[in-house]
Amino acid sequence: MITCSEAVKQLWDYLDGVVEEPQRELVEEHLSFCRRCCGELEFAEELRGFLASQADDDLPSEVRARLSATLDGLDRA
Amino acid sequence: MDRFRTLAEREMARLHALARRLVGGDAEDVVQECLLRAYRSFSQLEHEQAGGKWLTSILLNCCRDHWRARGRRVEQVELDEVDEFSLFRKIADEDPFPYSDSVHLDFLHQFGSEDVRAVLASLPELYRVPLVLVHMAGYHVKEVAFMLDVPLGTMLARLHRGRKLFERQLWGYAEENGLLKEGARP
Repeated sequence: MITCSEAVKQLWDYLDGVVEEPQRELVEEHLSFCRRCCGELEFAEELRGFLASQADDDLPSEVRARLSATLDGLDRA
Repeated sequence: MDRFRTLAEREMARLHALARRLVGGDAEDVVQECLLRAYRSFSQLEHEQAGGKWLTSILLNCCRDHWRARGRRVEQVELDEVDEFSLFRKIADEDPFPYSDSVHLDFLHQFGSEDVRAVLASLPELYRVPLVLVHMAGYHVKEVAFMLDVPLGTMLARLHRGRKLFERQLWGYAEENGLLKEGARP
């Protein structure tokens, strides 16, 4: 059995799939009866999705033009 | 040169987005430097399908040189300070939007991309880099440990601290910028 504090410390790693057995089983056992930690887990998932959604790759056209000019310079070198 | 150019054009936007999260307003300079270094060592790239990761590694070296040149020290954070912080509990306890059925989601929805960038910028590089690479750029933590030449256990610890710091800074930023009020953002 692990405490809420011990479970919460491992939730992100658990979501990343880097918690190894037997620790993984202990986290899952804890989640099976602790609603609060299930809430923590759901929020950790939301937060992961939130971070990933911020990862836009939009490149301003003027920056692209300047970086392409750098490549043009290499072409000529 | 054509092969290098094709790779560079394909990866340019991703590299710039990554650099923006790591060095903020100096992103373009760092990407320029990355492209120059990559061009000089392109012959060392054995498998072109690994070109994206190869460029990311070069970009990370450029970022480190950039921080070093600016004399920024690597800031360590005491684990005890942040380890116990839970944004989930903080939001539940403080209940900033009492009429909301989904107070945790509403909290996150207050943040625009500029706000998130500002919060990320407030984290020490040591913790920001793994957080950005794993959770925004989509690398596996083992790949990040390899790219940064750090043992996996160390990388996991930094990632853990990075997440906790990010949670704490999100709350602090929301407090400081008036985001904890109903209707603060449309």
